[in-house]
Amino acid sequence: MALTREQIENIAHLARLELKQPEIPVYQSSLSSILDFVGELDRADTASVAPMAHPLPGLAQRLRPDAATEKDRHEQYQANAPQVAAGLYLVPKVIE
Amino acid sequence: MTTHSRTIAQLAQGLRRKEFSSVELTKLFLARIQASQPVLNSFISVTAEHALQAAQAADRDLASGRGGPLAGVPIAHKDIFCTTGVKTSCGSRMLDNFVSPYDATVVAKLKTAGAVMLGKTNMDEFAMGSSNETSYYGPVRNPWNPNLVPGGSSGGSAAAVAARLAPAATATDTGGSIRQPAALCGVTGLKPTYGRVSRYGMIAFASSLDQGGVVTTTAEDAALILREMAGFDPNDSTSVDVPVPDYVAGLNAPLAGLKIGLLKEFFEKGLDPEVEKCIRAALSVYGTLGATVREVSLPNLPLSVPAYYVVAPAECSSNLARFDGVRFGHRCEQPRDLMDLYKRSRGEGFGAEVKRRIMTGTYVLSAGYYDAYYLKAQKVRQLIANDFARAFKEVDVLIGPTTPTPAFAIGAKTSDPITMYLNDIYTIGANLAGLPAMSIPCGFVQGLPVGLQIVSPQFGEERMLNVAHLYQRETDWHARVPESFK
Repeated sequence: MALTREQIENIAHLARLELKQPEIPVYQSSLSSILDFVGELDRADTASVAPMAHPLPGLAQRLRPDAATEKDRHEQYQANAPQVAAGLYLVPKVIE
Repeated sequence: MTTHSRTIAQLAQGLRRKEFSSVELTKLFLARIQASQPVLNSFISVTAEHALQAAQAADRDLASGRGGPLAGVPIAHKDIFCTTGVKTSCGSRMLDNFVSPYDATVVAKLKTAGAVMLGKTNMDEFAMGSSNETSYYGPVRNPWNPNLVPGGSSGGSAAAVAARLAPAATATDTGGSIRQPAALCGVTGLKPTYGRVSRYGMIAFASSLDQGGVVTTTAEDAALILREMAGFDPNDSTSVDVPVPDYVAGLNAPLAGLKIGLLKEFFEKGLDPEVEKCIRAALSVYGTLGATVREVSLPNLPLSVPAYYVVAPAECSSNLARFDGVRFGHRCEQPRDLMDLYKRSRGEGFGAEVKRRIMTGTYVLSAGYYDAYYLKAQKVRQLIANDFARAFKEVDVLIGPTTPTPAFAIGAKTSDPITMYLNDIYTIGANLAGLPAMSIPCGFVQGLPVGLQIVSPQFGEERMLNVAHLYQRETDWHARVPESFK
């Protein structure tokens, strides 16, 4: 299966990744060969198989009580943010 | 025996008997790390100050007869585990500026047990790689031959333990990232059952496959560390509330009557005949210990690599969506608008292989392709899990090679992703089925170590460690140290 240049650009857009022009043919070729490779899965007869939902049957995800357990540590967490003011994360203007 | 070549069991005993202090041990390993860095590059951060403070505290605890089971023992952490106040990069430019505000549960538990952190080990970027060549901080080199890769993604952890820069290092395994580098570096690598060790604070790659574990020189040490690492954690919704057995207590149980399954599919095309000889020789050791060997077939196992390369990238594309240049991590200069901020921050912050996986995952989850790829892969995954379950009705453990060949040259497999992906052909099955597995040294081919893989049923770590330990009592492959690091 050969992916087109446009398909790669569309996937990169969906994934919010900027690609440099020379990267596009590289991903075109490697993603195409990966899709060919995983195409081997078609060999398996899965007509009567349910997709695996969890590696540990019967021990699947539990729920916890809906209670606040964490302390407010926003200052500590925001120390890693690129741009913060008054406890808010700053991004370029979204709404005029 | 030189102090740096001692096991954790021996170091913990030496500390309690006051043969050496934790500060002395810590200085010894820090000096070895420093001396090795220009050659091996196995660490991203060395936390000497933190380590010496922790060692002093451990010495006080030891002097007053307190201190946990690992009191004063120096270890290293893979740089995928969050460590308070210390850079946690995950091998990526994206997190080069990230200083974690909290400890991963694994880090906290080992700290409570008294272990002293020496630093953070190098790794493939976001644990995506089988050779440690995708790290933003440069490749790690194999201590047995610095022109070769150490394997990956936990290549820094495996190389550091092999070169005796640390007696143990934490690691993670999504498709073989503990076992494959352990095999290529000649050390012991343990990947526990999915959910056995908390994933809290372990930077996510593929959440249904990721599992934390450890690289050590012996199975006994792996048991000692797992006993401290494992256990229920309310902070990880897939952590399992199953009691943690005393993995050390069962290490010497006799193997008479043990039923070993030899995975037929692992001995078909692609296996280096010299590697196969080492595996067969190991099986004869098990024969002398009273175990019986029979061949078992897992017909769907050959589809494990294709299934993995749908499921893992799909989960990766979702998990790595959190790196948006807004809350933490790399942000591009002068973004024009929000879309430009997202795209350039991610385009600049992620390396080539991570981008490849994110895009593969985005594609297989996109409208119109979800059923054909993702759902199909999850069905095949169920078939593979069923194959294992059927095999474990007949045998106690499965044994085979960890990798098809010993370590390969740096740069040899970087041009073709599929060639690189096939390195994990023997290890991925255990991740897909959530099974515990380990790799132990079982010989050498042209001076390079070979790994024997043992796979157990879910929560079968106790028996698996016992099987590994008794082999190590009969052989000394695990005690071999690369010439330049003796």
